[in-house]
Amino acid sequence: MIITIIVSLMLMVVPLPDRAEPFRPDWVALTLIYWAMMLPRTWSVGSAWVVGILLDVAEGTILGQHALALCFIVYVTVRFHLLMRVFPMQQLTATIFALLALYQFVLFWVNGAAGLQVDAIHYWAPVITGTVLWPVITMLLAGVRARSQLRG
Amino acid sequence: MVASRANNTNPARIPALGIRVLILLAASILLMVLDHRQNYLGTVRKTLGAVVYPIQVVVDAPFRLWDWARQGTTDRNALQLELSRLRAEKLLSSARLQRLTALEAENARLRDLLEARSHVRDQIRVAEIMAVDANPYRHNIVIDVGESDKVYDGQAIVDADGVVGQVIETGLTTSQAILISDPSHALPVEVNRNGLRTIAKGTGEFDRLDLPFLPNNADIREGDLLVTSGLGGAFPSGYPVAVVTTVTRIPQAPFADVSARPSASLDQVREVMLVWSSEPVDTTDESSE
Repeated sequence: MIITIIVSLMLMVVPLPDRAEPFRPDWVALTLIYWAMMLPRTWSVGSAWVVGILLDVAEGTILGQHALALCFIVYVTVRFHLLMRVFPMQQLTATIFALLALYQFVLFWVNGAAGLQVDAIHYWAPVITGTVLWPVITMLLAGVRARSQLRG
Repeated sequence: MVASRANNTNPARIPALGIRVLILLAASILLMVLDHRQNYLGTVRKTLGAVVYPIQVVVDAPFRLWDWARQGTTDRNALQLELSRLRAEKLLSSARLQRLTALEAENARLRDLLEARSHVRDQIRVAEIMAVDANPYRHNIVIDVGESDKVYDGQAIVDADGVVGQVIETGLTTSQAILISDPSHALPVEVNRNGLRTIAKGTGEFDRLDLPFLPNNADIREGDLLVTSGLGGAFPSGYPVAVVTTVTRIPQAPFADVSARPSASLDQVREVMLVWSSEPVDTTDESSE
């Protein structure tokens, strides 16, 4: 499971062509939401915070920015994890859309408070690509989860 | 707690979730304030940077491997083409170099005549870009040299064509640098043609810089070359920065609308050069007399 987090961190820093850059999905956020939903006792706000700090360092953003945003959406996820588990896929995907939008809003808010200007596309594009990729990510992570449970 | 753990289907609350999340949110806000307003956390960032460093190396590895493989498998034809091109280039540049040595000697003579200190050549080291910051609005890059290579904060970075940016944070073996196209970066420049001084601001686009502080009657034209003036202290003087692309004079506005295209191809470089400038050249320095 830690491996999936590391992989998602790596995906966040892989260089992309200029055009594709704004459309990079929030891999870390998606992965953390999944684990928080499935294993809220292992992956909760604390681990989200630590991962967020690492993400801040890797991306060179204000220290604590991603930590705050991740912590917040993981809190919402853990709070409603039982509900989210029984959602059908469409409804769950809509929830993920809302969570990602919330995540980007926190980032936007921090950037605004810090006086950094960002094109609007960098906020809404990751939300859309992230939502579209969510079903794929769930399948991959469900595979990882099943395997780790088999091993014990 | 034991009971709720035993019964997993029970919609049990995760213990003390609310308190934990409040503490962590407060901690991250505190961190942000400390980092952004006070810049206290340089060492913390460096330490954590060492943790993240392996991730960057791993991400970077396929690109390095690809470069290496491509070099290894270039076919003979391409090699010969390149060889002839390099030969032609070398001829050309050695011809230019001859002129340069003559000019340098002349320059030194003239400087002697003016009793000024001569320019010491800047020291240069090549560095490789490891990662481009995933937040394009900040236009940061990570390069593979750090404190152990005597890199310092504020050091100038150039490439073959012009100024690229400057170091903002040095880790032990990597450093972060800000590009001149970053919206929060401004650079003192002068027009090479007539020495007109101004400031070039980044815009967030790789191929455009703004010159917001030029009055309408300023002597500037399209095609003018902007070079570093060295007045900010961070950059050594005389490195090309950008070429003016558009000049729009607006009669009712106090300043003309001037934009320029960076000489360095900021979105394409992979190798950059770090410049250790010699101590600032000051022709009226008392101590040199």
